[in-house]
Amino acid sequence: MGMSQKNRIVGASVPRKEGIDKLLGRARYVDDIEREGMWHGATVRGSIPRGFIRSIRFDRRTDWSEFTVVTAADIPGKNHIQLIVADQPCLADGVVNHCDEPILLLAHPDKHKLRQAVAGVEIEYEPLPPVFTIEESERQDVVVWGSDNLFKSFLLEKGDVDVGFAAAAHIVESEYRTDAQEHLYIENNGVIAEYDAESGVTVWGSLQCPYYVHRSLVAVFALSEDKVRVIQTETGGAFGGKEDYPSMIASHAALLAMKSGHPVKVVYDRMEDLAATTKRHPSRVRQRTALDREGKLLAMEIDLATDGGAYSTLSSTVLSRATLHAPGPYLCQNVRVRSRSWATNTVPYGAFRGFGAPQACFAIERHMDAIAAQIGMDPVELRRRNFLHDGDTTATEQVMREPVILDRLLDRALAESDFYSKRERFARENAATPIKRGMGIAAFYHGSGFTGSGERYLNSLAGVDVTPEGKVRVLVSSTEFGQGTNTVLTQIAAETLRLHYEDVTMAPPDTGIVPNSGPTVASRTAMVVGRLIERASLQLLEMLRAKAALGNEYSRDEFFAACERYRAGHGEVGSLVRYEAPPGIHWDDQRYRGEAYPAYAWAIHVAQVAVDTVTYSAEVEEFWAVQEAGRIINPVLAGGQVEGGIAQAIGYALYEKVILQNGHMANSQMTNYIMPTAEDVPPIHVFFEEIPFRHGGCGAKGIGELPHDGPAPAILNAIMDATGVSFTRIPLLPEDLFAELAPRPASVSTRPVEETATV
Amino acid sequence: MSADWPAIRFIVNGESRAVRVPAMKRLLDVLREDLRLTGTKEGCGEGECGSCSVRMNGELVNSCLVPVLQAEGAEIETVEGLSSNGALHPLQQAFLECGGAQCGICTPGMLMAATHLLARNPHPSLAEIREGLAGNLCRCTGFIRIFESVIAAAGSTRGHRGPADHAR
Ligand code: FES
Ligand code: FES
Repeated sequence: MGMSQKNRIVGASVPRKEGIDKLLGRARYVDDIEREGMWHGATVRGSIPRGFIRSIRFDRRTDWSEFTVVTAADIPGKNHIQLIVADQPCLADGVVNHCDEPILLLAHPDKHKLRQAVAGVEIEYEPLPPVFTIEESERQDVVVWGSDNLFKSFLLEKGDVDVGFAAAAHIVESEYRTDAQEHLYIENNGVIAEYDAESGVTVWGSLQCPYYVHRSLVAVFALSEDKVRVIQTETGGAFGGKEDYPSMIASHAALLAMKSGHPVKVVYDRMEDLAATTKRHPSRVRQRTALDREGKLLAMEIDLATDGGAYSTLSSTVLSRATLHAPGPYLCQNVRVRSRSWATNTVPYGAFRGFGAPQACFAIERHMDAIAAQIGMDPVELRRRNFLHDGDTTATEQVMREPVILDRLLDRALAESDFYSKRERFARENAATPIKRGMGIAAFYHGSGFTGSGERYLNSLAGVDVTPEGKVRVLVSSTEFGQGTNTVLTQIAAETLRLHYEDVTMAPPDTGIVPNSGPTVASRTAMVVGRLIERASLQLLEMLRAKAALGNEYSRDEFFAACERYRAGHGEVGSLVRYEAPPGIHWDDQRYRGEAYPAYAWAIHVAQVAVDTVTYSAEVEEFWAVQEAGRIINPVLAGGQVEGGIAQAIGYALYEKVILQNGHMANSQMTNYIMPTAEDVPPIHVFFEEIPFRHGGCGAKGIGELPHDGPAPAILNAIMDATGVSFTRIPLLPEDLFAELAPRPASVSTRPVEETATV
Repeated sequence: MSADWPAIRFIVNGESRAVRVPAMKRLLDVLREDLRLTGTKEGCGEGECGSCSVRMNGELVNSCLVPVLQAEGAEIETVEGLSSNGALHPLQQAFLECGGAQCGICTPGMLMAATHLLARNPHPSLAEIREGLAGNLCRCTGFIRIFESVIAAAGSTRGHRGPADHAR
């Protein structure tokens, strides 16, 4: 049978590769795994935001001889978690910088004995003054990190903003804030570790980036790379929350395993996971914008600050992505973005779907509506007049070489949502009803892959091989945690090799087996790693044609027969390729200028909301998402990414509040940290416009993070349409609506953010 | 398992089982640790997420809130009992085709909640599906494709415009 039919698998909604195991309850998550002689581990944490550890005492009720106790003194290598800057200790050594800092580890064969034992460790501190907010940190009266509390700053400049402001017909200024957000993956963090003097450290865990954990363990244990092995277990959601934290918990479990001589499992309960692991960075963005009489942007001056928490972790790269997304999808000749990430004495903030872009997008897209209101223009028209088009340059002077179809996306979003007629109807009806309805919009892009030179530094390696049993395996360290890695990469390999979807499997996500294809982050898997798999597959075909007489047209059986001929003559059948930047992609780290991302995914979101002015609750009634993210490899999976991201972002906008007391999360339970349920999520309509991207895996760009960027501003814009109030902070809870909308006897409702000078 | 505890007997997925464990041990832990039925998951341990949902005497319960003592003599259904002779249950098949499972950690509980819903109401409306699944949190899917999976498994439903309504 000829197999030359085009595109049979890419573009088809084949079922998720590991789907059947998940549906049968057979998939093995870390807590489902037992090892012979396994013990359990627990973590003793600090209880003050900042201070010196003066003494550690063990109570007399506990028989401590049954336990293994690990402190910083037991660490054979470096006491830090290896990431960008090595500032975060694996275990506190004399000083703590946030309430939940790990200080000491315990292991015992019976997990039920651990909770009491943790309570039996008493720690005395000499407190130091903490800082908790961006404002306290930037005042620098109390320095809690480095010499100035500053993790990182960027200055992005294009043109001359002063010239733009001098020529302005309108200047609009406002400040926007976003709070922390918790990932709330339903599977908590967990790891099992084994230690053996001969073979070294092996860990199994719920994680996104096996080689990040690998690198951290190599440093903590001072072992050579071949003595550390990291295996990802089935992972029950991640969203960025299992990007860097697993390096911490894996180090802890492995230290306990080394000292106890047993395999050790450390699985957090929900409270510990919420309190001790990373969250989305809180932000404050000040926008000052100059426009001409027609509503064209003349200058954008943006001051962006994030709260990074106690250690730098990923704050610098999150800040970079926030900076690059701050000006929005608009053309402006004069732009200045000044951004800074500040240290505070809370749990370190980390990676979370969107990685700084949702914060930046909230500010600019809320601000566009504030501008429109100020200058008396339709917010849709204001956006349309300023959209980027093909050939335009962004704030980093990147020329848009690929098609930019914002107008088309906008037209479709307006038509599908019936935007204008609904907006008019609601405006008419609202006067007569306590339920105020409104329509809101957001326009945005999300850069796919690592920022700037990131992909070049990563220098990823990936490939395919063929087993003697007649299976093609995809060799990557890119992991599956629900977003579809397994399915999409095997689809790309099957398509390129012209085989069946069933002929291709994933090699186990085990650093002992697969090469380092980079971390599973940054919407890079389908585009960057997918392209590596496509190239490796093409290279394999060439090899088989050159050395094993594979014909140009071949059947499935002929393919595998050629593989066996190759194996007999040359050994293992496989092909590895390294990352190559698409031509013309150059980034200047020094000047912070150039091709910030090889490709952008684009979207228009529309929200329809209802605000109940009796109960002060806001509800999203319907949602439309129109996007262009290159070729859609698997429509069901891609649609699921978009819907899931929108639901999570509805939570970000209207439900999810991290309440900090003394820098510690006070509501660290699912009973009081509230995410949207099946009854809260509106109908979500998802539409794709497809423009294959030449340098992405079978034409793909990134899709995973894009949907989290737009909902918050679209929803708050709709609330402004409904109520006339320009809210500038999320989460926007009923008490916040009440504070602004409740009738006030003596004074007129104030709009705090629009003290605007019109020149 | 210790012989010190009196045996507690119940039926799991049609099979009689007996465990000797403390009477207050959570049914969730008994299923996972003593019977090695690890399909049932723990997401919160406090009755909020529904990952631990199982059916007990035809009722949907959060097994993290049930002391095993309460299960004495009960008939318990878990995700492991849904498929038969290697064939997926219609709900499992629908979840597979419609994209109802992403990371899969909520899926066993979600399948039990959906089974329970369809047992009581074979052709639920979308509103009834939302209500029936409101105790089961999913952080990945935004629920939309879970609703579609339930609709597909139910064959038809009242007042729904079909999956194409949500994803084109
Ligand atoms: S684990 Fe039982 S409801 Fe969450
Ligand atoms: S599929 Fe991941 S939580 Fe539901």
